[in-house]
Amino acid sequence: MNEHLNILDFILLREANVRYVVLGTMLLSVASSVIGCFALLRKRALVVDSISHSVLPGICLGFILSGTKDPLFLIVGAVITGWLSVYFIDIITRYSKIKADTAIGLNLSLFFAIGVLLLTVIQNSGNPNQAGLSDYLFGKAAAIVLSDLYVFGSLAVIIILAVVVFFKQFTLVSFDLHFAKTIGLPIKFYEFLLSILTVIAVAIGIQTVGVVLMAAMLITPAATAKYWTNDLRKMVVIAAVIGALSGVVGVFISYLFANMPTGPWIVLIFSMVAVFSIVFAPEKGIFAKYFRQKKNKKKMLEDNILKAFYKLGEHDGDFFKKRSAEELIMARKFKRSLLLKGLRSLRKLNLLTKVNDSFVLSRDGMAAGARITKIHRLWEIYLTKYLRVADDHVHDDAETIEHIITPDLEKRLEDLLQYPQEDPHNKQIPY
Amino acid sequence: MLEDWTVIITACLVAASCSIIGCFLVLRKMAMVGDAISHAVLPGIVIAFMMGGKMGSWYLLVGAAAFGLITTFLIEFFNKKGGVQQDASIGVVFTSLFAIGIILISLYTRNVDLDQECVLYGDLDSVYLELQEPFFGFMIKPTIFQLLVLLLVISTLVIIGFRGLALTTFDPAYAATIGISVMAWHYVLMGAVSISTVISFNSVGAILVVAFLITPAATAYLISSKLIPMILLALLFGVTASFLGYLLAYKINGASSAAIATVLGLQFVVVFILKLFKDKIVLLNRNAGNR
Repeated sequence: MNEHLNILDFILLREANVRYVVLGTMLLSVASSVIGCFALLRKRALVVDSISHSVLPGICLGFILSGTKDPLFLIVGAVITGWLSVYFIDIITRYSKIKADTAIGLNLSLFFAIGVLLLTVIQNSGNPNQAGLSDYLFGKAAAIVLSDLYVFGSLAVIIILAVVVFFKQFTLVSFDLHFAKTIGLPIKFYEFLLSILTVIAVAIGIQTVGVVLMAAMLITPAATAKYWTNDLRKMVVIAAVIGALSGVVGVFISYLFANMPTGPWIVLIFSMVAVFSIVFAPEKGIFAKYFRQKKNKKKMLEDNILKAFYKLGEHDGDFFKKRSAEELIMARKFKRSLLLKGLRSLRKLNLLTKVNDSFVLSRDGMAAGARITKIHRLWEIYLTKYLRVADDHVHDDAETIEHIITPDLEKRLEDLLQYPQEDPHNKQIPY
Repeated sequence: MLEDWTVIITACLVAASCSIIGCFLVLRKMAMVGDAISHAVLPGIVIAFMMGGKMGSWYLLVGAAAFGLITTFLIEFFNKKGGVQQDASIGVVFTSLFAIGIILISLYTRNVDLDQECVLYGDLDSVYLELQEPFFGFMIKPTIFQLLVLLLVISTLVIIGFRGLALTTFDPAYAATIGISVMAWHYVLMGAVSISTVISFNSVGAILVVAFLITPAATAYLISSKLIPMILLALLFGVTASFLGYLLAYKINGASSAAIATVLGLQFVVVFILKLFKDKIVLLNRNAGNR
């Protein structure tokens, strides 16, 4: 009974405390997902992981020096050590032969070790204030109270606003550093701004997610959003929406189980959305890619069969003669099973008919075969004439392009070459 | 006194096995894959525990090795087939698996003798409390016995497979042309990382083990890029840090595993700075000579 009441309380946001937790989580998730997009594009995903482990010693130092769990002190500490780790990675990769991955792993484990060492020292010291400090390891959204919300919330809003205001500059720095340099953008400043905003996002996020899994808060929504759009603006918005919704769902689930840390649940929800997107997203998903490849392969096979018919017809001077599968395999090395499959689908398209065990082109089929052959030969001319490729090197390229050329391009190619009669190998071009 | 030595010996054994493996990770630019595996074996460990396995049981080794290989496979699958960029693929995969591990621990916490913090930094200091058991006629603590076997297996692997490991590390293209399977050695190495992580798990935890894997190897790499000197130096750094770290933990009353990892990091910082000075002096001398 009691549990049902809790669920209702949560959904209706009846308790003030629940409202703070939900609002806080949403703000944090949006801020980290938004800034995470730029970290992802700048290939800093693992640096983010290093930052999130590195804020732990900062939090412990903040606590030791101030003696309280006041979020402001902890965040200042977290930002300092988080930023130091970014700086160290930079120094190590710049002044030694050590590669980025080793530098990241090294920093991550060193800062985390110092953090754990300090944490255990604090725990063993018997300071009564320290209870709850270890919640920063895996996060505890339920611990957000109004005073935290002011601090976290305003920092989250600052991050979001900064991204809105400097969107253009951040985009340039992430995508086209060279161009940004030539137009005189102070790159160093914007790179610094991006890293400090990232560090702040991590520092405020660990309240809900914890240091160990915080990297996922920045990377996973961004990586997921990339599957749904090519437009950076849309990507940032989608990441923010995914971040906010999954964040709240994660908090809700952990709310149902007492003593359950929030971080792992939020991250698990993120991951499920990510896997769904990677597999099923239209255009970019694994399925979409697979079907597109299959469709392309089918089209190429059909084109090649029609071309083989045309070639045989050209040789015999009779385009509508009956051809057996063996003849076609002689003309072009088809795999038998594939050939039969292609012939079947061409029959469905009414491009050829089956007579006993042989196949005959229809009028449309003959025209289609002629078109592919024409494009192939026109392209060979184009390559020899305009790109000055030797005529014994043009065939393979034409084999690829013939399947892709649209009627529009076909027309322009004809106009450009002025309807030549013969290709570089002295074969007639059919129009 | 005996307590101190038990902890130090355990730490030295963990450091030794990890340093050897770590050299290959650093040279192959796979440090972060090692990091990912050490996080991602957690669900394997928890599931093995739930099936009634104990620390060091076969269940656990198989479960962890399986998850280690699954991790490597998933990272490559999302990267190659799914088009997720390499670094994001690593980040997404290991955080997901680690999250699943923590959730499993929280759900079955009553049946499983694991707690969330132990997962992060192990409990090196509790090795002393283990009862000694007889192995081949010797009375020895189970954790120490397992670590000894691990070190033996890893050293044997590296000595016997030295040619294959070294060639696939330094010149994979050449290795492939003379018929050494680059893929096979890759998975052998990843399997070794998984098993080292699991056996070191209750002493140093899933995250600090990364420090034992990467840091001594990286420090050694600053001094030498040659494989054998690098491995020996890494061993030296690992073992000395175990002593110094234990002293540090004792002085300030903190977790030994974390203190040792901290010392490993400080060793790197010291060598890094000395190296910078040395390079600078060499540079100055060269300039002076040119004049």
